Amino acid sequence: MFWNAWLLALRAIRRNVLRSSLTMLGIVIGVAAVITMVNLGQGATAQVTAQIASLGSNLLILRPGQRFGPGQRNTAPPFRIDDATAVATQIGSLAAAAPTAAQQTIAVYGNENWSTSVTGTTPEYFQVRNWAAASGRTFTASELRAGKAVCLIGATLVRELYRGQDPLDSALRLKKVSCQVIGVLAAKGQSAMGSDQDDVVIMPLRTFWRRIAGNQDVNLIHVSARDGVATQQVKRDIELLMRERRHISPAEDDNFSVMDMQEIAATLADTTKILTMLLGTVAAVSLLVGGIGIMNIMLVSVTERTREIGIRLAIGALEREVMMQFLVEAVVLSSLGGVVGVVLALAATFGLSGVLGVPFVFSGGIVVIAVVFAAAVGVVFGYFPALTAARLNPIEALRHE
Amino acid sequence: MSEPALVALRAVTKVYGRGAAAMQALRGIDLVINAGDFVAMMGPSGSGKSTCMNILGCLDTPTRGSYLFRGRDVSGMSRDQLAWLRRFHIGFVFQGFNLLARTSALENVELPLIYRGLPAVRRRALARQALAAVGLTDWEDHTPSELSGGQQQRVAIARAIVTEPAVLLADEPTGNLDSERSREIMGLLTQFNQERQLTVIMVTHEAEMAAYARRIIRFSDGLISPIQDHAGAH
Repeated sequence: MFWNAWLLALRAIRRNVLRSSLTMLGIVIGVAAVITMVNLGQGATAQVTAQIASLGSNLLILRPGQRFGPGQRNTAPPFRIDDATAVATQIGSLAAAAPTAAQQTIAVYGNENWSTSVTGTTPEYFQVRNWAAASGRTFTASELRAGKAVCLIGATLVRELYRGQDPLDSALRLKKVSCQVIGVLAAKGQSAMGSDQDDVVIMPLRTFWRRIAGNQDVNLIHVSARDGVATQQVKRDIELLMRERRHISPAEDDNFSVMDMQEIAATLADTTKILTMLLGTVAAVSLLVGGIGIMNIMLVSVTERTREIGIRLAIGALEREVMMQFLVEAVVLSSLGGVVGVVLALAATFGLSGVLGVPFVFSGGIVVIAVVFAAAVGVVFGYFPALTAARLNPIEALRHE
Repeated sequence: MSEPALVALRAVTKVYGRGAAAMQALRGIDLVINAGDFVAMMGPSGSGKSTCMNILGCLDTPTRGSYLFRGRDVSGMSRDQLAWLRRFHIGFVFQGFNLLARTSALENVELPLIYRGLPAVRRRALARQALAAVGLTDWEDHTPSELSGGQQQRVAIARAIVTEPAVLLADEPTGNLDSERSREIMGLLTQFNQERQLTVIMVTHEAEMAAYARRIIRFSDGLISPIQDHAGAH
């Protein structure tokens, strides 16, 4: 009886190619949409996580003033080098602390010029940012003390200024300073905020003060906590120390802020998770719409199918044989649609992740959920109208208009 | 006769609906038809002939009374038991042909054999034989929409006889056909009745078609009218 049901179901599918493919189409689109959207969302989450990691592990950043954006009072004084030293020496459980100062400057090499961010800092910076030279070397503490005109450049400058030439030991001109390139930084790519982290020149802080900035301000202090240390505790300790050093009375708000990158990472990860869920919901709606499409096609063809059932019953088919045939038909169409949908999703995820610059992720969980749901929709809408018809008196089924 | 009659109805009534809306389609009929007979049932619409036909074909059950098919009481049987009876003993031909659309003549004829569980090779051979018997050997790959009305009805007859049933029930088999095609169909039914001793029970309202039968049963108002005539040999 089961073999017969297969034979009858496959014949029914084959002779109604249009109806069968329209039924499948609803499932194909629904499955493909859900899987693609969720996987792209997970790819984006993975990318954000990777970007946060590229900032440096256990990183905290001190900046003068409160918060980003408009409405802030711009009266907060910058840090001094003593502040960085105090943080480095008085806060326990720190791996390293690096003061930085930065300015947007035109860099010139040969006939090319490029506007970039020049950062002055100490050798600890490379440790704090977990950043190494891809070629050449970083500068030393003695070069920092001497204020040598040396610098490291990011991958973007190598591309835009040097056009493939080896930049090592060349003379890069920044304002009126000729600066010897001693190293090229490892490429880090886009930051979580969307800025290009490789569009940068890094030089000793003292050189930067004397030759570029003309003052001795420190814009930011990068701090890395030791592994296994709670960054919240470090953040509180730094806040207490800085309030004391900047003479802030208990009634006043901080005129500086400490950003905990782990905290920001968690926030960003939450945001992308919510976006993934949102996309998934939209895609689930399309799966539902696909289901309604299937239902429509089944209802439209119910007259023809009811007569067909009448014929089968009249020539001696049992009710359960008819139902088995329709069940097999629905299952075959649904699973075929599911498989095509998964293949389509694989192609779409691969293509879109390339276009959107998101890493390619293809997780099995959502594939299972989407296919099971689609199969259930197909079976319910394909099978139950037939079940109603198979219970009819054969004469009534034959007379169905 | 030692062998029981092929079909025997005793005081059969059929009521559709309930209460005030109840409609008596059959009001107590007795009917015996023997194997090998060729019977035409006539009467105006609403006279009960189609209802009687459906009961004889095990598509419907009597409200009261008994129906013996080859001596076995059918009136109390379940849906599945009736389906088994139809599968092995009864062939149907309908006014509207009722073939499966977009399905070749051969596959249409094969259908009842699939439900009988015959292997593919045997199924094919029997279906080809049946199509040959109705003169459609060259048309086995055509779908109903590619066939004329007369050809479709012949496919339907092939589907009905392919299982070698005890009785063939034809509900206005010529109702949708012109007189030339009608005569061809009636010729086929007569041939099967004579050559294969196939019992044919046919509903018709055309006297010319009823004349092919050996026996005519007239219905009026849910009863079999007492005046029965026996048609001459054709």
